[in-house]
Amino acid sequence: MAVYDRRYRAYDGPLTPLSRRWRVLPRFAWAQVSRSRLFAAFFMLCFFWPIAATVWIYLHHNLRALANAGLDAVKLAPVDATFFAAFMGIQCFILGGLLTLLVGPGLVSPDLANGALPLYLSRPITRTGYAVGKMATLVVLISSITWVPGLFLFLLQSWLEGWAWFAGHVRIAAAIVLGAGIWIVTISLLALATSAMARRKVVAQTFLLGVIVFGTVAGQAINQMFDTSLGFLFNLPELMHSVWEGLYAVPLDARLPAWLAWSALATICGLSIAVLARKLRAFEVVK
Amino acid sequence: MTGAGSIELRGLGVRFGGRPILQDLTATLTGRAIGLLGPNGAGKTTLLHTLLGFHRPSEGSARMRGEDVTGGASRLSGMIGYMPESDAFIAGITAVRFVRMMGEISGLPPEAALERAHETLHYVGLGEARYRTLEGFSLGMKQMAKLAQAIVHAPKILFLDEPTNGLDPPARARMIRLVKEIRDAGQSQIVLSSHLLRDVEECCDEVLVLKAGRIAFHGNLEEERRANRKFLQVETRGDERAFAAAAEAIGCTCALISPGRLKMILPEAIEVRDLYKIAAAQQIQIRKLDYKRDSLQDIFLKAMEEPRGRL
Repeated sequence: MAVYDRRYRAYDGPLTPLSRRWRVLPRFAWAQVSRSRLFAAFFMLCFFWPIAATVWIYLHHNLRALANAGLDAVKLAPVDATFFAAFMGIQCFILGGLLTLLVGPGLVSPDLANGALPLYLSRPITRTGYAVGKMATLVVLISSITWVPGLFLFLLQSWLEGWAWFAGHVRIAAAIVLGAGIWIVTISLLALATSAMARRKVVAQTFLLGVIVFGTVAGQAINQMFDTSLGFLFNLPELMHSVWEGLYAVPLDARLPAWLAWSALATICGLSIAVLARKLRAFEVVK
Repeated sequence: MTGAGSIELRGLGVRFGGRPILQDLTATLTGRAIGLLGPNGAGKTTLLHTLLGFHRPSEGSARMRGEDVTGGASRLSGMIGYMPESDAFIAGITAVRFVRMMGEISGLPPEAALERAHETLHYVGLGEARYRTLEGFSLGMKQMAKLAQAIVHAPKILFLDEPTNGLDPPARARMIRLVKEIRDAGQSQIVLSSHLLRDVEECCDEVLVLKAGRIAFHGNLEEERRANRKFLQVETRGDERAFAAAAEAIGCTCALISPGRLKMILPEAIEVRDLYKIAAAQQIQIRKLDYKRDSLQDIFLKAMEEPRGRL
């Protein structure tokens, strides 16, 4: 219909499947965050280290290039599980954390502040679908700078080193995907929960930063005061180190038993889901 | 009409924290445009939210187009358009992206959603403003944007919660015109909740009046308008209550508006001269007698006068 023909008319065209509707949310969210120059600059910066690691792996397998660069292959750190754990540590905890801080708090809080939830929830999308859609925004973004380049580096190393290396180190690939996956799920849920608790993006950002920083500081204080290591339970990267140590099967200087770290992460996720279940409602009922 | 095209309430009750908000609502709503009326706190919005699946009924059931509002929510919500009463928009995006996004969530493919978003914004009068972000819209423009997102996917059932709130007279007239056009297009059944009798009277052919969570009146305005009954407004001097009782004894329906003033509905068999006979018998003077059709305001006021609501 031409726009000048201003009549109300029915729609009799095809409809998208119900199961795909939640995908609309991350698509629009990505389009919105990508308009920010700060985000675009930071997102590009996130690929500096993967590119550097790619060069590193390439140099390992190109003696002529090494010689030209004046480097000795023996002195270069080997490309092994420790190398990948270190790479993923930077990508997940530093860059992934900052990316979450940049994008996460703005996902739910504006919808709550502007009363948009009734608009979503009166449509064929459930509260779970809404939360999954918003979480997918973060999951895909963080994945693109963590396990995706990590897996690419692993495949590059396997290609250059040969089938035997791939078969012998396939555990690293699983650790890259699983380790990053656990981090992504935890930090995304935490970001959504803090975003749902605060109605302003800045407040949610401060809140999320506070949870991470305050947890680390409070954990250190507890460790100092009570001469224990249980304070690391409040330190997210430390919890992940304990989990990753088991996944990568290399010493990462973890200071908590793996079972305790797994339990703490499960508790954080559970609490975040409980907050989302309470906050993501079309209308708050005052009883 | 039941099933397709109707909203059925069967003993519907909703409680919040043990406090009854809606009680024993039983009605079958079949009109093209249904008005939900009632004073503040009567339960209009709670009823809308229950039909939208936001609240679970504590007792009874509600069905729309044959589907239970709790069971078939996903299928039903695809047919629903909702314009909330309060401010509701997505921050940081233009009106056209907002409406397009809502269309896509409702099931329109991206291209169709974009096309209909443009059309709908032109239709509601926001064509020139469609590339502006919603935060910069005036209250009236936000109301129109809310209407646009509610109709972009051409819903079968359209819920409008106080659509004329905060609108100046020209904007209100435009909103009413749009609601009437949507109604007359015959594609959507409209449920309009308002505390403004004029809005409901202008747009709706069926009305449900709520009072303290109960149905105070449910009727078809169209039938009321078409009915060949005699509506009278009578001014008397004397014991008007005795006069009303005597008139009701012969089959009239009476409502006391103010001391000495009554509204009466005369059945087919009763003539005006019968009223004069009763007045003479009761030694009451009839000072003035006007033919008057029962307006929605009269219906509403009568409903509010009843102690337990129901007329």
